[in-house]
Amino acid sequence: MSASGRVLAELRQPGARRTMRLLGASGQLGYGIPTAAFEAGLARKPDLIGCDMGSIDIGPTYLGSGHLATAPASTKRDLRKVLLGARRLDIPLVIGSAGSAGARPHLDQTLEMVREIAREEGLNFRMGVLAADIPRDVLKQAIRDGQVTPINGMPELTEAEVDAAANLVGQMGFSDFQRALTADIDVLIAGRACDTAIFAALPAMLGFPLGLCVHLAKIIECASLCCIPGGRDSILATLDDDGFELESMAPQRAATPISVAAHSLYEQDDPFTVYEPEGRLDLSAANYAAIDSRRTRVTGAQWHDAKQLTVKIEGARRIGERAVLLAGAADPRFIAGHKKILADLSALVDELVCEDTPKDYTLNFRVYGVDGVRQFVPPGEAPPGEVFVMGECIAPSAERAAEVVRTAKQYLMHFGYAGRLSTGGNLAFPFTPPEASLGTAYRFNAYHLMRVTELESLFPLTVETVG
Amino acid sequence: MQLQDIAQVIRSKNAGPRCLTLDVMFATDADYQRVAQSPALSREAISALYGVPASEIEVIAYPLGRAIKIVLPRLITAGDPGDRDVYGAQQHAPLLGIEI
Repeated sequence: MSASGRVLAELRQPGARRTMRLLGASGQLGYGIPTAAFEAGLARKPDLIGCDMGSIDIGPTYLGSGHLATAPASTKRDLRKVLLGARRLDIPLVIGSAGSAGARPHLDQTLEMVREIAREEGLNFRMGVLAADIPRDVLKQAIRDGQVTPINGMPELTEAEVDAAANLVGQMGFSDFQRALTADIDVLIAGRACDTAIFAALPAMLGFPLGLCVHLAKIIECASLCCIPGGRDSILATLDDDGFELESMAPQRAATPISVAAHSLYEQDDPFTVYEPEGRLDLSAANYAAIDSRRTRVTGAQWHDAKQLTVKIEGARRIGERAVLLAGAADPRFIAGHKKILADLSALVDELVCEDTPKDYTLNFRVYGVDGVRQFVPPGEAPPGEVFVMGECIAPSAERAAEVVRTAKQYLMHFGYAGRLSTGGNLAFPFTPPEASLGTAYRFNAYHLMRVTELESLFPLTVETVG
Repeated sequence: MQLQDIAQVIRSKNAGPRCLTLDVMFATDADYQRVAQSPALSREAISALYGVPASEIEVIAYPLGRAIKIVLPRLITAGDPGDRDVYGAQQHAPLLGIEI
């Protein structure tokens, strides 16, 4: 029998019901898992190891390109650590949002690393794989059926945008993970998934209250981030039928009632509600009580089944090739006049590079020191002593983008604005060439909710024997 | 006194690519109450600092975490051309100098 089957069978035996121990090993697998805390967690004999591996926060490029955000060597090091730990204890290892963005290319690269590690370490196990890619025809039919709704003011999704997306994923939920855990597996690798599914699926199958399971999962998917001081060390949750206890596996980190309660704020637009495909978590009656200076007990979360299943869809499309210009300036006349200078320069570049072709690119400048970071700057701020000027071009080809930024560089360097004294040049280049090609640019073109009648066909499960 | 002299944490981050969330957290209930009961973090005050209409701003009191959460729409979707802060992690700065 494999690990998920063994844990389920053990806890389902009459009289064998007990608390469950769930180890949150990493909130960002691939950025390093501190060994001491992870080993301390293993010593507590957990029933499951879970790791979150992805997020939408990293921007559209990874989803669009199929690349991992984490370096291959560190990703493989983390995967090796959790695989060896889980196999040593013969407990399920559950990984969600594989490869940073959870589409097929990310999933495949993650699976290949897992297979390599198994070969290198002589491991044998059954691996469940849940794919998260949403077929274009399914999504287009849902659009035609009026079942797709924008989130937070995104434009309506069109069939043309569905075709334009490089990758389209849906966030699967805990019920999909339960389908995989039912298939008697040792390791579960899922594409894009709700981070709560990683930890909520198994205890919910054993009858623990769903509100507690999802709340626990929402906290420990970030490892010890809910502690003071927050950090990436492993965290252990111990669950019973009335609540759960949290304890960081790093002795310097304390899970206090305030620090744990405050974690509900993190990257959420509502600290009292978490929406999942199958329903919503209601934290309005949650209670946090200190057990001692390092441990907190949490009770009170409620779960409400949704009348309608929904899946959050994420898509990214290519918008061109990106090139940038990197330069500084310290002339107060240039800094004072930079808005008009850059507008006039942009018009001049248009004339030069579009002499024999229609305009096919965008050129944006950010002036760091003034408004490079803030979209909205309150009036009356004093001008800075120096600025960093970044020009960004997105064009149909890398050659075209390079042409635009090289032209912009040359003419901005020597732009003859009114009042100019510095006829040697307007820019300080930190090195040459001061232009760089950054590869393909993407943007999110889907961030929508799709109403569905079932999840199983969207997130197919395959099981393979590794090793 | 400024908000940065009272708060323990003043931070910003995306809540999805279309939403920005600002959290202000306090070390004591007294500090929390002092700010929560003042108009310093009203929707109108945030509107003036961020250039977003007050009607599109939410201010949520969260006494359990001794925190006040502010939610506002991102003017540009995270990672779109022209975006300045893909993670939204540096949009808290205007809050620091709010007079309480």
